[in-house]
Amino acid sequence: MSISTERLPAGERSLTERFVGRAARWPWWLLVIALVGVLIAWNALTSELYSAIFSRLTLGIGVTIFTTLVAYSLALVIGLLAGLGRVSGNPVVFNIATLYVQVIRGVPILVQLLVIAFVIVPVLIDGVNNLGALVAPLIGEPNFLTQTRPQDVPFLTRCVIALAIAYGGFQAETFRAGIQSISKGQMEAARSLGMSYVQAMRYIILPQAIRRVLPPLGNDFIAMLKDSSLVSVLGVRDITQEARLYAAASFRYMETYVSLAFFYLAMTILLSLGVRWLENRLNSHGRGQG
Amino acid sequence: MSMVAAPPTGDPSAMIIIKNLVKEFHGLRAVDDVSLTVARGKVTVIIGPSGSGKSTLLRCINHLEVPTSGDIWVDGIHLTHHAKDINAVRAEVGMVFQQFNLFPHLTALQNVMLAQRVVRKRSEAEAREIAMQQLARVGIPEKANAYPAQLSGGQQQRVAIARALAMNPKIMLFDEPTSALDPEMIKEVLDVMLELARSGMTMVVVTHEMGFARNAADEVVFMDRGRIVEQGPPDVLFRQPREARTRAFLSQILR
Repeated sequence: MSISTERLPAGERSLTERFVGRAARWPWWLLVIALVGVLIAWNALTSELYSAIFSRLTLGIGVTIFTTLVAYSLALVIGLLAGLGRVSGNPVVFNIATLYVQVIRGVPILVQLLVIAFVIVPVLIDGVNNLGALVAPLIGEPNFLTQTRPQDVPFLTRCVIALAIAYGGFQAETFRAGIQSISKGQMEAARSLGMSYVQAMRYIILPQAIRRVLPPLGNDFIAMLKDSSLVSVLGVRDITQEARLYAAASFRYMETYVSLAFFYLAMTILLSLGVRWLENRLNSHGRGQG
Repeated sequence: MSMVAAPPTGDPSAMIIIKNLVKEFHGLRAVDDVSLTVARGKVTVIIGPSGSGKSTLLRCINHLEVPTSGDIWVDGIHLTHHAKDINAVRAEVGMVFQQFNLFPHLTALQNVMLAQRVVRKRSEAEAREIAMQQLARVGIPEKANAYPAQLSGGQQQRVAIARALAMNPKIMLFDEPTSALDPEMIKEVLDVMLELARSGMTMVVVTHEMGFARNAADEVVFMDRGRIVEQGPPDVLFRQPREARTRAFLSQILR
């Protein structure tokens, strides 16, 4: 029997070939991360230093998760509104939304954090106090409107607001792209049935658009988790800040920061697996195109 | 308040009156000074070469295209730019598109129910009952719970017709309803349209289906380069066209 074909059926391929072919498809990267994780976890259990670092970092995990969740939720609302503004035919709404998006995209997030925390929040509080002084004769002094001080707004709150505003700008563009990816005929069909613009958006365009932008929004959530580390710059005690404090006090920079990086990596990998699962689910249940 | 143009005729048999309609796109006149009256309960078929402005004319009737100038009255109501009026008029004017434009995230039944609920404010039960009646009328009640992607082109177009009919419109506009269909599915859609025409619905149909024009039309309008070249009953227009351009077009299409 002579074999002349170049590609052999699976059964006739050599063992090495089959092994290499299968091995190449393995997620080796995940294995490496898992091994490092096991190593670090082993250290956390056996070494006093690592277990001290771990319990210290754990103190900040609540703040990290809180900041991420709240800022991301606010960013979704801001982004949806600004994204609707970006596709609006009303020139006033369109220009306000575009101005916001352009400013946000042109300033680094760290700088936005500083500006919002140290400029915008104090200015807003001044405004509230001035307003309070105006209406004081009506509602009577003293009242909270005249007596709010900048230090009454904790830095955690300022950071959450700043991250929400920053990410809202990016999500606005995600929502805009999603809305514009829905074919024009959908809006026309809805309008031809007598629906108003708002009804057509709510019942026809947005349900389809949001489905399409779920994967990029999931990635934004991961990015938000990572960027929440910026709040440490303002002294908010998230895991990064706890690590900085511990390292500065103990001089154990290497062990502390490796552990810190691993904390973020563990969380982001879990989340990205979640996002991938969501994408697969949407693809397999996806029902046609608009 | 600006001057509201009075209906040009007191003719109660007119359902749609179009006067001196002009629609320009970037300086090009897609519709060039067209006047047309569509009688109540009659079927008007608009034919003509592609780019002749027939779809644009149709889309002006429910303001999917806002006219550059000219006036349109639908059942005696003057179409203005006022959004509230437009939504009210659109609810009375059903439209069927070349690309069906079903809502892909909703089932056939939900497609037919949605506008009844949010525009007509019908109850869930009432909307469902009417939707099922209309789906039965177009011959696919068994597909009520299918999503558009699970339906053939002909079935999708029939759901689209049911969706428009469920609003109880006074007028139905068809914009090349069979042009995107495979040949074997054209008949099932035309049959539904024929039945609708016999039931006395006022219809304006843009189509290349000359057989439908012959069988169903009360009036055939031939358009070329944004203008109405000739119009008349199908017997006259197809057998004895007056204009050379009409003859040239028909000879190409009828062979």
